[in-house]
Amino acid sequence: MSAIRFRGLTLGYDRHPAVHHLDGTVATGDLLALVGPNGAGKSTLLKGIVGEVGALDGAIETGTKAVAYLPQAAEIDRSFPVSVLDLAAMGLWRPFGAWASLKRHRQRLLDALAAVGLTGFEDRPIGTLSGGQFQRALFARLILQDAQLILLDEPFTGIDERTTADLLALIRGWHAEGRTVIAALHDLHQVRAHFPSTLVLARRPIAWGPTAEVLTPPVLARALALSEAWDEAAAICRHEVGPTAAHDHHGHDHAHSHSHAGHGAAP
Amino acid sequence: MTLADLPNLLVGPFVEFGFMRRALAGCLALSLSAPPLGVFLMLRRMSLMSEAMSHAILPGAAAGFLVAGLSLPAMTLGGLVAGLAVALAAGFVTRSTVLKEDASLAAFYLISLAGGVFLVSLRGSQIDLLHILFGTVLALDDDALTLLGGISSLTLVALAALYRPLVIECVDPLFLRTVGRVGGPVHSAFLALVVINLVGGFQALGTLLAVGLMLLPAIAARFWAADLSGLIPVSMLISMLASVTGLLVSYHAGIRLPTGPAIVLAAGALYLVSMLIGPRGGLLRRLVRRRHLEA
Repeated sequence: MSAIRFRGLTLGYDRHPAVHHLDGTVATGDLLALVGPNGAGKSTLLKGIVGEVGALDGAIETGTKAVAYLPQAAEIDRSFPVSVLDLAAMGLWRPFGAWASLKRHRQRLLDALAAVGLTGFEDRPIGTLSGGQFQRALFARLILQDAQLILLDEPFTGIDERTTADLLALIRGWHAEGRTVIAALHDLHQVRAHFPSTLVLARRPIAWGPTAEVLTPPVLARALALSEAWDEAAAICRHEVGPTAAHDHHGHDHAHSHSHAGHGAAP
Repeated sequence: MTLADLPNLLVGPFVEFGFMRRALAGCLALSLSAPPLGVFLMLRRMSLMSEAMSHAILPGAAAGFLVAGLSLPAMTLGGLVAGLAVALAAGFVTRSTVLKEDASLAAFYLISLAGGVFLVSLRGSQIDLLHILFGTVLALDDDALTLLGGISSLTLVALAALYRPLVIECVDPLFLRTVGRVGGPVHSAFLALVVINLVGGFQALGTLLAVGLMLLPAIAARFWAADLSGLIPVSMLISMLASVTGLLVSYHAGIRLPTGPAIVLAAGALYLVSMLIGPRGGLLRRLVRRRHLEA
């Protein structure tokens, strides 16, 4: 069973692809790292899954509507006077909506804050938190969202080691509960240590499979070598959709499609 | 003047004159609904945008005036239509062109203001123009009072219903988009409430100053309260205080002091005082360096 299926997916801005012809499935319960240089399309792919960026071509099929998404640079107005508890409580929007009272669920909110190490911070305005504390508060909101599919865009950028370790433990907990987690990451040690599978992206998919098999020097070198340039005069893509398509046009490595197909079939 | 005269000075005008009581009732109704909206506008850094929208009401009100003279329903309807149209048009231009919202609003409101003054001048006199620009708070009739009371009630009920999604939309619009589809409708409903209140304020204070009782009390409240549960009631109180003060000052003033501007000036004075002595970030508090805490 798959949590997400990408079918010939191309995402981009102004007709220029940022993610190019991605095929494959993310199995339910997978803990998948998205790896690639800046501009590789990692954020775009996550935005595509939550519907912030529309597909230029192809489709994304998700099994669940309840997606929890932590963006890279949250558009959060931290000067707005709400408390840490209020911020976390937003995670209950889906079940509670605009009117249901949260009074009797205060303990649940406090438990979520305790799980991220923010006990005693519930009444602090969000503007007074440090970067790490704020990220912990956002993880408390993710906990309360109780989603089966969790997307994290570079969740540990600018976060100290101890906070990172605490939050990684939370992510492993989600994985153990059978939730599907996809995280865009830069720290390859972290990926090797905690993420069973990896998708290396450099606009087009370079490799997808078990982390140990995928994170090899040749694959990473190829990802890095792919130009980040935005070609204003780029020709219209003639890539044909379908399994018999001529991948040579894009120089695709057929090995990756085998490895991720095998991965998608895993339970 | 002795202390014994004080009750007479403060209450006398309202006891003696019906038009003062009506003005007071209208301003108090406006004080309950406009300042909470102002608090959200201020926190969303949309203060100048509401100013622009208040000018956008003018051509609609002027069109109503052209058709029906100084008639409340015609001018209210015209103002509502024009205000909502400009809010929608500015949003549309922002989404579909390179302009940011402030730039597109500025363009629209300048066109509206010039167009409105032009429309009024087509038929009306200087006095009519002054009425539309600065309001006629001392001449509120039953219909106008009903309108103000209705707007006030509607706004409070709507704000209560929209409160939670509105706060989430202010803090983290992207989050609201990922968990549901209410973000857009909530934002539109909020803008509609702002327009409705500006149209109401226009009856009392005119198109140029309608935004005065919306924004000044909200901005002043920032110096007294930290969170929404404090900001909203404080802004209402400041607005009521400004209304009473403005009405009394303009009544007692030896010179002819127009009432609408007097109310907004009173709100302005309360803002300046708050800025000086307000406990949250007021100037005097900044001058006194208090001992820092241990942790």
